[in-house]
Amino acid sequence: MEVGLNHFLVVSTLLFSMGIYAIVTRKNAILVLMGIELILNSANINFIAFSRFGNFGLQGHLIALFVIVLAAAEAAIALAIVLNIYKTLSTVNIDEIDNLKD
Amino acid sequence: MNKLIIPDLLNSLNSILPEIVLSLTLVAIILSDLIFHKNKKLLPYISLIGLIITFVFLINQFGKSDAAFPVAAQFSFLSLDPFSLFFKVIILVSSILIILFSVSSKEIESGLDRHGEYYGLIFGMIIGMFFMISANDLILIYLSLELLSLSSYILAGFVKTSLRNSEASLKYLIYGAASSGIMLFGISILFGIFGSTNLHEINELIRTPAATQLTFLISVIFIFAGIGFKISIVPFHFWTPDVYEGAPITITAFLSVASKAAGFAVLIRFLKVTFIDSLTGNGYWQLIGYIDWQTLLIIIAIITMTFGNFAALWQDNLKRMLAYSSIAHAGYLMLGVSIFSDQGLIAVLIYFFIYMFMNLGAFYVVMLIANKINSEEIDDYRGIGYSLPLLGTTLGIFLISLTGLPPTAGFIGKLYLFIALVDANMIVPAIIALLNTVVSLYYYVRVLRVMFLIKSDKTVSVNLNPLNFAVLMFMVIPTLLLGVYFSPLVNFAKESVQLLGF
Repeated sequence: MEVGLNHFLVVSTLLFSMGIYAIVTRKNAILVLMGIELILNSANINFIAFSRFGNFGLQGHLIALFVIVLAAAEAAIALAIVLNIYKTLSTVNIDEIDNLKD
Repeated sequence: MNKLIIPDLLNSLNSILPEIVLSLTLVAIILSDLIFHKNKKLLPYISLIGLIITFVFLINQFGKSDAAFPVAAQFSFLSLDPFSLFFKVIILVSSILIILFSVSSKEIESGLDRHGEYYGLIFGMIIGMFFMISANDLILIYLSLELLSLSSYILAGFVKTSLRNSEASLKYLIYGAASSGIMLFGISILFGIFGSTNLHEINELIRTPAATQLTFLISVIFIFAGIGFKISIVPFHFWTPDVYEGAPITITAFLSVASKAAGFAVLIRFLKVTFIDSLTGNGYWQLIGYIDWQTLLIIIAIITMTFGNFAALWQDNLKRMLAYSSIAHAGYLMLGVSIFSDQGLIAVLIYFFIYMFMNLGAFYVVMLIANKINSEEIDDYRGIGYSLPLLGTTLGIFLISLTGLPPTAGFIGKLYLFIALVDANMIVPAIIALLNTVVSLYYYVRVLRVMFLIKSDKTVSVNLNPLNFAVLMFMVIPTLLLGVYFSPLVNFAKESVQLLGF
């Protein structure tokens, strides 16, 4: 069996769904951030698979490079913010961080 | 081929001079923070000088309409058109005001050793917004939106020791990163369908019905979710109250005006450039009928304004109340976009220009009072109208203008919006918007009642320095003047509806 575009799309959709599931259900901020990384990577798989099988040249690969750099920046900032939360509140459980409410 | 690209790039550099100046100012801020790390007083001056030079270059672009960074014969990455110029002016004026706010904010003062980061990240936000407004390519839109978001996540938590700052920045980060990730996934599907991320090219391709309709629909809805997060319309608004209440007040004001303006500019460009089929003679946009955008946007706009106004009724914190009121204003603006005509776009531009002065003004007065009494609770404003007559009256003017009562500028904004709605035969949405205005009167006037009609034995005194007074007047005078003499603004808006290619 030849590996084609559909196989890549199934993998990326699975990753996307798992990312959404992690964001919605996880209580730990770090795990939520991992869900966000999964979403970004699923988009990357899409970009590269489309550009490989759709003969769009290297545009998809280039976009994926940009997204990888951006994901790294986002992870760095996110971890700094979570670290700061841990220093002030000694918890990273999102459900317990609810001082701002009606 | 390669030989042709270089002169194009050099020409393109000429048309992004404002963005280049902003980037150089960012570098200057970082360098001066490194070299003169004992003297942080220089930073606001450098920022202001950078913004003023940017403004001069921006004025030079007035009336021009070019494409910068061409990718093929007729497509380009950036479009420098009168429409983007209008929004850039809004962003620059609000940035200048925010820098002036920051100089006298006690919250920002408390992190003096990190002022270099503060002003640097504000410039990061401005550069992101500038590119977002003129971006013609979905990837450029995504990257500049992330530049804006990443800078604002940090700024929302600028006062590291403050509990509510940290919480606001975590909540903003989680909602923001999730929605921009979903937007990127939508872009990737769109790239798969069309093989391009350029809005003009997609517009040419969807004229042939080859596009798979369901996949196309899903990808566009995903992209819409990412933009909707930035302008906080209803299904994507959950972050707004918490972040606006928790963030330092200067950043709250900046998010509620500038980042919302950039979001609206992207939304209008995305809808108009991607989906337009043709312009009819009287300025209505004929959209390509895969999705009934008009019904969708009207429903979202009505839910947004009703939710914002009714949720604001129960708020005791003035910052949180202004957050819900900014959601409601996003609803009014969305209704203006949903007309899909040049007249509706003019109404949106006028409304935004006025909204900038009145919303920033309200936040400024709240900040000056909070500097003194360390609270934004409405109950603590008892008797402020007597002990601080100037601040009380100006806050009153801004709130009345936000309601939309004459003779203030807010009335003119709403008037043009309602005229555009009635001209487009959208009577029911117009009536609902009018009823919403009545609801909003209750919570704005409640603040006035607490300030002027309830006596308090505590007296508060705030010493306004000349700078505070000048900044305050810079916002009060337009709020009052544009209510009676508004033809220059209307003319400016009429000249600014031109998007590149249409």
